[in-house]
Amino acid sequence: MSVVTSGRYTFPSYNLVFFIFLQLGLHSVEGVWPLPQSITSSPERYPLNPQAFYFTYGSQSAAQEGCSVLDEAFKRYFSLIFPDYSSGYGFLRFSVDKPFTVQVSVGRDDCDSYPDQDSSEQYTLSVSAGQASLKAETVWGALRGLETFSQLVYQEDFGSYYVNKTEIKDFPRFQFRGILLDTSRHYLPVQAILKTLDAMAFSKFNVFHWHIVDDPSFPYQSRTFPDLSAKGAFHPMTHIYTQSDVGRVISFARMRGIRVLPEFDSPGHTQSWGKGQSDLLTPCYSGSSPSGTFGPVNPILPSTYKFMATLFKEVSSVFPDSYIHLGGDEVNFSCWKSNPDVRAFMLKMGFGADFTKLEAYYMENIVNITVALNRTSIVWQDVFDYHERIPKDTVLHIWKGLPASYAAELSAITKAGYRVLLAAPWYINHISYGQDWRNYYTVQPLNFSGTEEQKKLVIGGEVCMWGEYVDATNLTPRLWPRASAAAERLWSDEKQTSDVDKAFPRLQDFRCELLRRGIQAEPLFVGHCKHEYQGV
Amino acid sequence: MLKFVSLLLALSFCQGLQHNNIDDYVEAEPVFEASKYGSLWPLPQKVQISEVSFKLTSSSFRIVDAKASSAGPSCSLLQSAYRRYYEYMFGSAKKQWWSKNNRRSDPSDLSELQVWITSPDSECDGYPSVTSDESYELTVNQPVAVLKAPKVWGALHGLETFSQLVFEDEYGAKSINAAIINDFPRFQHRGILLDSSRHFLPIKVILANLETMAMNKFNVFHWHIVDDQSFPYLSRTFPQLSEQGAYHPYTHVYTPADVKMVIEFARLRGIRVIPEFDTPGHTQSWGKGQKDLLTPCYSGSKPSGSFGPVNPILNTTYDFMAQFFTEISTVFPDGYVHLGGDEVDFTCWKSNPDIQKFMEQQHFGDDYRKLESFYIQKLLDIVTSTKKGYLIWQEVFDNGVKLKPDTVVHVWIGGGSDKEMSTVTAAGYTTILSAPWYLDYISYGQDWQKYYKVEPLNFEGTDEQKKLVIGGEACLWGEYVDATNLTPRLWPRASAVAERLWSAKDVTDIGDAFNRLSLHRCRMVERGIPAEPLFSSYCPHEYKGV
Repeated sequence: MSVVTSGRYTFPSYNLVFFIFLQLGLHSVEGVWPLPQSITSSPERYPLNPQAFYFTYGSQSAAQEGCSVLDEAFKRYFSLIFPDYSSGYGFLRFSVDKPFTVQVSVGRDDCDSYPDQDSSEQYTLSVSAGQASLKAETVWGALRGLETFSQLVYQEDFGSYYVNKTEIKDFPRFQFRGILLDTSRHYLPVQAILKTLDAMAFSKFNVFHWHIVDDPSFPYQSRTFPDLSAKGAFHPMTHIYTQSDVGRVISFARMRGIRVLPEFDSPGHTQSWGKGQSDLLTPCYSGSSPSGTFGPVNPILPSTYKFMATLFKEVSSVFPDSYIHLGGDEVNFSCWKSNPDVRAFMLKMGFGADFTKLEAYYMENIVNITVALNRTSIVWQDVFDYHERIPKDTVLHIWKGLPASYAAELSAITKAGYRVLLAAPWYINHISYGQDWRNYYTVQPLNFSGTEEQKKLVIGGEVCMWGEYVDATNLTPRLWPRASAAAERLWSDEKQTSDVDKAFPRLQDFRCELLRRGIQAEPLFVGHCKHEYQGV
Repeated sequence: MLKFVSLLLALSFCQGLQHNNIDDYVEAEPVFEASKYGSLWPLPQKVQISEVSFKLTSSSFRIVDAKASSAGPSCSLLQSAYRRYYEYMFGSAKKQWWSKNNRRSDPSDLSELQVWITSPDSECDGYPSVTSDESYELTVNQPVAVLKAPKVWGALHGLETFSQLVFEDEYGAKSINAAIINDFPRFQHRGILLDSSRHFLPIKVILANLETMAMNKFNVFHWHIVDDQSFPYLSRTFPQLSEQGAYHPYTHVYTPADVKMVIEFARLRGIRVIPEFDTPGHTQSWGKGQKDLLTPCYSGSKPSGSFGPVNPILNTTYDFMAQFFTEISTVFPDGYVHLGGDEVDFTCWKSNPDIQKFMEQQHFGDDYRKLESFYIQKLLDIVTSTKKGYLIWQEVFDNGVKLKPDTVVHVWIGGGSDKEMSTVTAAGYTTILSAPWYLDYISYGQDWQKYYKVEPLNFEGTDEQKKLVIGGEACLWGEYVDATNLTPRLWPRASAVAERLWSAKDVTDIGDAFNRLSLHRCRMVERGIPAEPLFSSYCPHEYKGV
């Protein structure tokens, strides 16, 4: 009866020993996920009493009380650190525990800004008797440090909380650590997005790539072009993101040090756009007459670029991030080829029969629109593959292929001097039986042929959860803890985290911590958590 | 033209498989169209739906016992089913109290569904069994709809079907088309296996899945309750089994009250609960609370400290099993228990000098299958004495153990399962099929189609042999499954199996199945079950339980 292959996942016994070690509550700092760059800890430990536990701002800190990001974070992390504490009753202890204070100091008062590509996330954390000192350049670094601190605290079977004497110096390996959610193939209720942002912060992800529209539906409610969602969403009232929904997502993300990167993919993947914007898409022809179907955005009409300029102007005012994702992938040329006007345009422009030149022409125009809006563009690798003239600060996003082919692409793009973002090995919507997190963990993003300078052009990576088979019913368990494997690869030092078997018990612990925090993270293998998920 | 307007609007399946760089993934993209059978799932044996439709008003519509029915107000099984289905159709009473009196019933309304249990014994207070009559006839017409069934079990299925006929028109009003349905299951045993040993499943999850099983007309919950990893069953006779063998003795156990609740919850939905206590292999967790039950393994001439399968050479083993299965026979009312018997690893037995000696005494030679048979034989005798029938995994049959004629052989080994079905039935044994339905094996894309296309009787054999196939089970083993992902992983993939086991053999149109299943999954979502999507699409009421 049972699964024939279960033997495949029997682990060497030293892992079991290690796991049991952790289970006994002898928590080590190795419990922190993703692993900090440098940590030392000692067995010396201090009890924490929720009634005598405080967050404070250091006297030298540039941010002080009233700093929205940190004030909110203190509230949030108090509950995360003491999950079963309720102020109303209980905890009538006679203990004379000394107070414990976490003192947070930041170098800059960036409390009211947004995290960006250049934001520093480094921090140092020093835990000693009665206090912890957390220092960071920015509030974003302080958030990372608070997350680490919260993971250092553990609860013994009798209910008491402890933290060990610890020194941590930490910073991310890659600046861009993203998760893509696709809200077009299935609509994701705002609640599901917020939940994901919460979980992202627990794994130190810092970019939410919002693939907000695509062929199947256009849920973004534009204030300039309300017809786009009125006609292009699955439902014009219940399946849209209003301006206030979007604002809520952005501010929720900001509070967690997460950027929101919107993607408005064109000229392909735009079927839903055509419903609310006539003449935007190319009419396809069958023989000499229009067939009634439509192809990619029509690249030959001035009205197209006027529309796009207006839309992106709105997008850049709604989304504060300085990057915009323009898509540019998988353009099917057959409709363009069928259209006599497009062919005439090709002739006029001297493109011959090379439709990649037409696509290049289109993308160049779109990129220039965003440049004029003072935004940096990210585009899928297809755009580079067509040898387009694109501004040097454009970021290429690699999504195709197996390690050999994406390594070659990394090599080629960085050689051309472009910055690059890697998603190909982290298409997490592709599921399979067993522990596929191991594949996500063992990716080596810089293992391609190139100079040191080239490697510096890899700004990070992204976990993609495309939506063909995913909606609010299965998103969370499908994403976590599998995405956490990629999180450690993108944050931690590769040498210190190269052993996937050593990562296993740590990730098992971390997923139980996610459950404790209300994130419906699925199991890695057989076993249990002290606090199981109680929903259905 | 049927009026499924709003449901139709509800689903638009769009083009564009972005970024699928799986090279071998080539699948035609599904395009949603309305099925002439609406959202019925599994498809009834005989359906006639007319174009005439009636309105149902929550304030006046009632489900009532027919005057001639042998079950009355005292049949709480039916009364609670009426309320359940009323709420499925109209939302909870709280949600629609204000609509009272805001619309008078008019002649085009359907005001009543009368439920008529026709046989003198409704079986209202009994338990469903393998021979239960699950058939029903449903007539939807003016002024009242009538649901006739010999027993309550058929009535439960008929209520589900009735609720599936109800749809919302474009103004949000509930409507139903006139229809005549005559229905019964193709196979008698339609099961779901859940594994509560590799991961503990909180009761709430088990109940939610029983609820969903009823929506899919499944009728057997195969509870693989214990295994190597943990022993969450709290035994009254041997409490130390779960004290020592569960993941946690209080938070990760099923108490007698829990088990009772599961059984009653299942009974109220026409579902049998068949417990599995798998031996002699898959028993590591038993050894923690029961000394000397497992075989000590040897390394050379000394015990290695590790243990193998149940020790078949000690009398104490059989004393223990006799007491244990006596308890099981009283706790679980179903006529059958599943005894496992699969995947016995002989290396530990081989290493043990006492076992070697015993093998010699019994003239078993080197054939450890004979020792396994020896054990199973004794176990079967014990269980027979508790007046229970049993199911066993196919190895027990393959190894030539003498079985009672009413034994059910459970075929699970993939590859060659057709041949196995042929052999088992040729030997005259009843069988159920699981091999093609291991739903824990996930893959990218619409794998429900693979489960749907299975034909259980597609093996060589006489008509008599085919009659011995009483059904099948979808298995969701627990290596990678717990409460976090169980429900979306099981539904609607298991629904594909449900239709294969319930509907007529010629119901094989995959396109029509896609259309109906898409609506059926949205209905499950609306009823609060996080059933995952089949493909890009939307439901009018998305899952809100995030």
